[in-house]
Formats: sequence, C-alpha cells, structure tokens
Amino acid sequence: MLDDFFTRALVAGVGVALVAGPLGCFIIWRRMAYFGDTLSHAALLGVALSLLLEVNTTLAVGAVSIVIAVMLLSLRRSETLSSDAILGLLSHSALALGLVSLAFMTWVRVDLLGLLFGDILAVTKLDIAMIYVGGGFVLAVLLLVWRRLFAATVSPDLAAGEGLKPERAELIFMLLTAVVIAISLKIIGALLITALLIIPAAAARRLSATPEQMAILAAIAGAASVVAGLYSSLNYDTPSGPSIVVAAMVLFIVSLVPGGILVRRNRTNIQGDRS
Amino acid sequence: MTASKMQLVQLDRAGIRKGGNWLVRGVDLSVSEREIVTLIGPNGSGKSTTAKMALGILKPSEGSAFRGKGLKVGYVPQKLTIDWTLPLSVGRFMRLTNPLSDADCRQALEQTGAGHLLNAEMRTLSGGEMQRVMLARAIARSPDLLVLDEPVQGVDYAGEIAIYDLISEIRNTMGCGILMISHDLHVVMAAADQVICLNGHVCCRGTPSDVSKSDQYHALFGARAGAGLAVYQHHHDHVHLPDGQVRHADGTICSDCPGEHHEHAHEDQQANTGMTDAR
Repeated sequence: MLDDFFTRALVAGVGVALVAGPLGCFIIWRRMAYFGDTLSHAALLGVALSLLLEVNTTLAVGAVSIVIAVMLLSLRRSETLSSDAILGLLSHSALALGLVSLAFMTWVRVDLLGLLFGDILAVTKLDIAMIYVGGGFVLAVLLLVWRRLFAATVSPDLAAGEGLKPERAELIFMLLTAVVIAISLKIIGALLITALLIIPAAAARRLSATPEQMAILAAIAGAASVVAGLYSSLNYDTPSGPSIVVAAMVLFIVSLVPGGILVRRNRTNIQGDRS
Repeated sequence: MTASKMQLVQLDRAGIRKGGNWLVRGVDLSVSEREIVTLIGPNGSGKSTTAKMALGILKPSEGSAFRGKGLKVGYVPQKLTIDWTLPLSVGRFMRLTNPLSDADCRQALEQTGAGHLLNAEMRTLSGGEMQRVMLARAIARSPDLLVLDEPVQGVDYAGEIAIYDLISEIRNTMGCGILMISHDLHVVMAAADQVICLNGHVCCRGTPSDVSKSDQYHALFGARAGAGLAVYQHHHDHVHLPDGQVRHADGTICSDCPGEHHEHAHEDQQANTGMTDAR
C-alpha cells in the first residue's frame, strides 16, 4: 500500500496533522505563533547541516530546533531583549545561515522550493516511520503534561504557586514543538509549518466548549486539510504545503460562517470585560 | 497532623531585588495551621511580591523562604485574564490544577456564592464573580495553606463581608493556614491572628488588637462589629478618596508601633511626604 507515493504522502500528512492540532492549540493559547515560525525557519539550517554531515534530515532538523528552543529560553531569562526581538533574531539568523551554507555546498543540488513548500514526492517509508514514532511520542508526552501545561497556560503564577512547575512544562512544550516541526518539514515545507499548527486550531476554536474538545477538533480539522490539500495538489499539480494550508484556510472560513452572530456577541463581551 | 501548630511557610529576612531596586526586603513572616496572617500596605509596597516569595514563585534575592514538604497550596492570584482563544468554563477552571468530583466542585462554588456560574464561560465573568470562582477553586483543593491576593477586589460590599466570614469559617473547619493580602484595612483585621504592615519593608506587625490600639483603628473595628450602614459609610470613604487615604491609615499605625518601625524612620517619613503630595 505504501508503495504508492501519494498514499505515503497521505499517511504521513495525516500523521503530522493529528499531532500538530493539539500542539497548535497551545501555540494559539500561549500566543507563540512567532515561536513556531522561528523554529520552522531554523529547520532550513537543519537541512543544510544534514547535507553537510550526511545524517538523516529529520534528525538534524529536530536537533537544530531543540537547540534554538533552548537558546530562546535562556536568552529570554537574561532579560536583555524583548521576546519577539529575540525570536526575530534567532529566526532569521538561522534561516540565513542555512541558506548561506547550502550555497557553499556546490556539490549538492537542493530543491529549495521543495524544502520551503513541501514535496509529497519525497516522502519515504522511513519518513512515515519517523512521523508515527515521533508523533506518537509527542502525543504521549503531551497527554502526560497536559494538566500542568494547561494550568501554566491559564496562569503561570497560579501553576507555580500550586507547585506545578510551569517552567518545566514550558520547556517540554517547546521541545515537543521542535519535534513536530522536524517531522512535518517534508510534507508541508519550512515556510508553512506554522500554518498547520495554527489554522486548524483556530478553525476548531469556535466549535469547542472545552480545551480538550478544541485539541481533538484541531487534529481532525488538520487531518481533513491534509487530505483535501493533497488531493488538490495531485489533481492541479500544485505544491503540497500551500495546497494543505489553503484547505485549512477554507475550513477556518467555514467555521466562521454559521457563528457570525456569535462572534459579534463575543467581541462585545470582551470589550465589556475590559472597560 | 499533630495538635501542636505546624509551621506551613516561613520567610527569613527575605527580599527581592529587581533591576537594582529592592521591591521588598527584610521580611520575616510565618504562617502556621489555623492561623490567618494578613499583609497590608499601599500599592507597590511589596505585598504580592512577599506572597510570591512565600509561594515559591519568586526566589528571594536575600534571606530564605521555607515551605513544608508536600504542602498543598490554594492560591488566588491578584489578577487572572482569560484569552478569548481559550474555551474555558468555570467547571473546567475548577479542575485546573487537580481532579475534582462534580459534587465537590458544586459545593465549593456554592460556598462562595457562585453556584449558578458552574457552566459559565470564564471570559464572561465580572470582576466580583471571577474572585468568587477563584476562591472556590482554591478552597476545593482542600489546601494546607491558602494564599489570597486581595480576594475581595471587585466584590460588592455585602459579598465582601460574606467572603471574609467564609474565610475565617474555612480556617475553622478545614484547619488550614491563610496568608491574605488586603488593602481593605477595616474588615480584614477582625479575623486575622497577625497583621503585617508592609511598605517596602516590615513597617509594623502584631495582633489586630495590638495594631488597632490607635483610636482610628478602634473606630474601624467598632464599625465592623456594628450595623452594616456604618461599615458601608467607611467603605464609601475608601472607595472615593484617592488611594493615598489607605496609605495614610498605614502611616497612622506605623507611628504607634515602636521597635521595627524606628529603624526605618526616615524612609517612612519620605513615604509619608510622598503621600501628602499625592493628595
């Protein structure tokens, strides 16, 4: 079954989406969209390193993402620059370093477009294995730290005061994000990984009453976007990553439509709270 | 637990420095079982910072903080904002840091007068409702130590008295220690075993009766015990004067307290001058 490249892409993409959905909810709740962007830009540096050292791409990308995440945490503790400035610095430095080192390696020809936007032709059985092992690991750990991570998201002070050690939960969460970005690089591309994290979660928001519901719905929405996106990529010969993101965007817009009135009411509620 | 009083949390000459400034320093504080300790003081006097040191959220830059092993804390932070992106009902919020049965959840909410809010969205709560829900959540954990950072802010006056009564009732029934922060001097006093007045350092401390020896305090406690209207009258004053008024009340206590206060006499004078200017 996995001999067909398209089936491989489907299986891989759905696996990635199932993990990205719940994790993406936390990205949205914690306002860390730019953090996801930073890690995915840094993925390009990981690709360059993997070519240079001739190691597995996913492993190299994961390692670079983890290093960037840890650097971010320690830079933020030193309280020199604001969080978003640090992110911008790391993000673009890593991206530029990656591109420069790729250019130096004249002996390798890299499909830059594939790296940036995903390439379903490139998905191997090994990739699928890594996605399901890595993704299963991420989901298991996420389930394990769910309560403390969620408490730390609602209020870090409250979580710390009641002994839930929010810094540790935050570090674990960042590492999980790094793993997800590493395993989604091939299917969706470095530039658009954050979209697979954020858009399905955003589409799930309006339809959910509890955080757990939102996480599950985000996983389903992500998987649906992958299926729809990959089929259109096959039919219209469009790059796979952008097609998946467009499908997710359509889902998000659909999630807005029936709740149009609801949205307006929520807005006034928020304004009412703040006044 | 033993019959003798067990120390739950203790600060020893503890202080926090941030960006070269001392937010608060030299704080000695301890809370035992069945004890209510109240921190009072003007804005920016280090009340919340002190509570956070006691909780272990902040690590003291000098001195030390001790917490009993396996201490179960219920914490009501000063402020909690729930982002729109978070679908969070009151019922789910009650289970934020620990699992909880439906019955316990409902009972805790009813104790704080928030039973009807069980299925409400956290975002839609008013300030007073939020306080009641946060207090209910902290109680429902059946903690050894309750830390309440201005638990009645935004609560209407009748509710405020009810919540203070509830807090002392909780102490009696659950036997937990309570560390409470308040800017409302008059109501807090009655239930507290110890009152610590902060203004960047410990200004004065003592039992409510020690602290309330001043005529002004005596009047306040009389009002607390008396008819609702008299209490309300005072509360009205507090609300409508600039917060310098609260500081002034502190200043008065301080001038009646010998010992610790004199070490910092000049600083207090400075602070007092500042307050006069503000008014």
